[in-house]
Amino acid sequence: MKAGDLLTISPLIALTLSSVIVMLAAAFWRSHGLALGLTLAGLVVTFGMLFVSASRAARVVTPLVTMDAYALFFIGLLTVATAVVAILSWSYLNRLRVRPEEYYVLLLTATLGGAALVASTHFASFFLGLEILSVSLYALIVYPVHREDAVEAAVKYLVLAGATSAFLIFGMALVYAETGTMSAAGVGALVSAGLGSQQVIVTVGIVMLLVGVGFKLAVVPFHMWTPDVYEGAPAPVTAYVATVSKGAVFALLLRYLLPLSSDTGSTLFLALAAVAIASMIAGNLLALRQDNVKRILAYSSIAHLGYLLVAFLASGERAGVAVGFYLIAYFATTLAAFGVVTVLSTGDRDAADLLDYRGLGARRPVLAAIFAVALFSLAGMPLTMGFIGKFVIVSAGAGASLWALVIVLVLTSTIGLYYYTRLIVVMYVRRPEELELAGAGVGARVAAVGGAAAITVLAALTAFLLVFGVYPTPLLRLVEHAVSTLPWP
Amino acid sequence: MILVLYILIPAVAAPVAWLLARRSPALARWTAVAGTAVPLVILVAQWIAKASALQAAFVAKGPGPSGLIAGSWIAHVQTTWIGSLGISFFLAADGLTMIMLLLTFALGLLAVLCSWRGITERVGAFHFMILWTVAGLAGVFLSLDLFLFYFFFEMMLIPMYFLIAVWGHEKRVYAAIKFFIFTQVSGLLMLVAIVALVVIHERATGVYTFDFTQLLGTRMASGTAFVLMLGFFAAFAVKLPVWPLHTWLPDAHTEAPTAGSVLLAGVLIKIGAYGMLRFMVPLFPDAVRDFRTVALILAVIGIIYGAIMAYGQKDMKRLVAYTSVSHMGFVLLGVFAWNSWALQGVILQLVCHALSTGALFIMVGGLQDRIHTRDMDKMGGLWQVAPRMGGTAMFFAMASLGLPGLGNFVAEFLILVGVWQVSHWAAVLGAVGLVFATVYALWMMQRAFQGEETHSWSFADLTRREVGMLGAMIVALVLLGFWPQPLITTAKQTVTGLQLMTGQSTLSWGPTAEAGGPAAGEAALPAADGAAGSTALADDGARQ
Repeated sequence: MKAGDLLTISPLIALTLSSVIVMLAAAFWRSHGLALGLTLAGLVVTFGMLFVSASRAARVVTPLVTMDAYALFFIGLLTVATAVVAILSWSYLNRLRVRPEEYYVLLLTATLGGAALVASTHFASFFLGLEILSVSLYALIVYPVHREDAVEAAVKYLVLAGATSAFLIFGMALVYAETGTMSAAGVGALVSAGLGSQQVIVTVGIVMLLVGVGFKLAVVPFHMWTPDVYEGAPAPVTAYVATVSKGAVFALLLRYLLPLSSDTGSTLFLALAAVAIASMIAGNLLALRQDNVKRILAYSSIAHLGYLLVAFLASGERAGVAVGFYLIAYFATTLAAFGVVTVLSTGDRDAADLLDYRGLGARRPVLAAIFAVALFSLAGMPLTMGFIGKFVIVSAGAGASLWALVIVLVLTSTIGLYYYTRLIVVMYVRRPEELELAGAGVGARVAAVGGAAAITVLAALTAFLLVFGVYPTPLLRLVEHAVSTLPWP
Repeated sequence: MILVLYILIPAVAAPVAWLLARRSPALARWTAVAGTAVPLVILVAQWIAKASALQAAFVAKGPGPSGLIAGSWIAHVQTTWIGSLGISFFLAADGLTMIMLLLTFALGLLAVLCSWRGITERVGAFHFMILWTVAGLAGVFLSLDLFLFYFFFEMMLIPMYFLIAVWGHEKRVYAAIKFFIFTQVSGLLMLVAIVALVVIHERATGVYTFDFTQLLGTRMASGTAFVLMLGFFAAFAVKLPVWPLHTWLPDAHTEAPTAGSVLLAGVLIKIGAYGMLRFMVPLFPDAVRDFRTVALILAVIGIIYGAIMAYGQKDMKRLVAYTSVSHMGFVLLGVFAWNSWALQGVILQLVCHALSTGALFIMVGGLQDRIHTRDMDKMGGLWQVAPRMGGTAMFFAMASLGLPGLGNFVAEFLILVGVWQVSHWAAVLGAVGLVFATVYALWMMQRAFQGEETHSWSFADLTRREVGMLGAMIVALVLLGFWPQPLITTAKQTVTGLQLMTGQSTLSWGPTAEAGGPAAGEAALPAADGAAGSTALADDGARQ
């Protein structure tokens, strides 16, 4: 590794250094503001380092990471998402009455794990990145230690993540044993050669890999942890898990399974198609009966990963653009939605119950409008990025003639409309007699709290959703550029 | 550029109205009036300015189907929007568009006016929703890029949903969600059909575009064309509505506030017909022919079912809602008959139904504001209490049942004559529907306005504002009944273009020989004089 390579991987180094600096600063000065400031500074420096890395010609740094435009684009996305989560956590942590500084250290290390994942081209960096991300999340989920549901959520996540990590490593071992390669290109070659019936070991290995990946993506049938963990974790951490954690793993999946299409690797293709269909159906159906806003959003995120898988299965560069664009839209929407939940939460419990949102349109019109725009974007209504995203996925799917998947996508997203509009009705309609709400609530239970910084960030996210919902061309060009650097077959 | 103004003015007036409502609700109302009246004035001015262009003989502006479409344009705007996806911002107006825009802005204005006293809560938000709906509707009628059309088609759902859910009546949440889900499912099926069409076009020509003029005439297997046609039909069938996809309509129309019902019945359901005329039939003429028998059956069922259900209602507004189902059955008959008779009848029916049903909703809304009930069992003898209201209601009931001398008669007559050329039994059963229409219209009048005064109501008669609104609609209907020629002339080039476009398949058009074969450059449309029910087949003097 040459000295110049350090510049190429400078975003990763910047993230590492900033987490160390925040940790040391917390050791000497206990100050929430300092920790947040250093975190944001570190993230800004990381984002700046992306351009430094982009100017370097040599991209492959050791067989472990490749800092191509694809990786840089996703690291940028993760960095911005983490900054948003950090700002949202500021007033939330103040209300929580815990020591906040370590939270930011964990946030930065989790982002480091995610960044390593998106740049990874080797099993070693794959596993390292995944574990750094997971371990950080264990501690982040359990951060409000005095809350029972947080502890329960964290234990569930720990056990399941640990088990699937074991599957993942064993799968990696099997693939290495048969092929002698640990690189992403090697896995890609396996997929394009087709997984024949003679290669049982390799097939089992790849399936086990997918178990590990599927858990992190929270697709059916690895989704059972999602509602409980989303409900128990503190709201900003839920936002982080729903966006950064899933996005990083999905970016890695695209890189490793690049040659997958309906022609090559057809068994694998069918398996993933079944997973996608099951996720779309289960995610949307299970959300119908929920009365907890966080659980509704959890199930809807399962469905959205199903939609993303449809775009992924379409394969080809146009599909890659669909995946990239939809991920951006998904990030912005999910952060906005969970951001509203964060702002409304008190120190005792999160604003998760449907009744907490009753009449929000009158009490806090700005927040209600932000939440409404986020819900419309999740539903895929025009004027929002969610609409363009869904449209791009349908185009990619149709272009690859994946008619069954596209029809299922279309039909299940209309199921989604029901629970999204239900939330909007609760916020805006004054006398919802026809709604069946479990448990009689009397108006607003959660007091109006929430920092101005958080609301500004949320308003910016909403504007982002609306502006690029009407004029998505700049983002599409950016994604096209990023995706074009992948070695498409 | 004027075309962009039609969308821009209501879209800008919407947030302005909302903001001004904080100062005073009256400011919001007047802003809304401006937001609908100003485009209306511009539209009328443009109509007058282009009158000679509209009356001229139809000339194709280029080879092939796109030339035939462009032949009827009087204005268009096209710029690239999302280049990498082949999407352009493409608006175009011809005679049919102008008629639909006229309906949009006129009924939008009426919707604002009829809510002047009725809506007192959240006035700013209410007018925001109405203006946004009007902007979306204008966009739907003007778009010629299929993605843009779908964009506006879906976009109008949001304000309509809020209008029903927030300002509606007892079962408003149920009705709003049902309306939303029905329309969204069908819209998404249409989206899949659109994308499939674009993909097929790309495979054939290598060009990835959503431009309707370029997608027209795409060659594909007849099975594929049939499936894609069904995708489009699904969306427009829910909107029109076609039995059995109509179940959202009674709930949505009944539970919506008066302004919402006026916009729903007057303009939104016309999108179904417009979409079929503009997009579905020109894109898949052979598939439409194959589907014709089924569609005619569904249309006839819709006419008779709607009429019978209307007769059985106690709720006055629900009765009027079911009459919409019945009348739109006639429109479906006309669209699938597809000859010059039927097409003129369809366009005329769209206008006259909007006026008559819109007026009926305004009246029922006014009545509900006064006596706070829509239950006809609680009414009776209201004519003595409010004679102006009774007389006006009688007029619009007569219009609804198709009394000669009023526009609806001419429209339904033209449709039936057109359908007869294609299918005798459908025309006969459709005419039977006219008899049922008489039954429900007079039944409504008898139960509500005539007979004895059993409940001793006492309330104010029509105000000057209401007399003004309803008077304008009365005048319009009478004019259309005796002199529908201007409207027919406005749509003449569009109808000719549509026929020529689809004449390139092997469909037979029925023995309207003046339309000529595919090689004919121009068709003279027979004029219809509805006064005495006679139809003098005179040239309209435009053949040169």
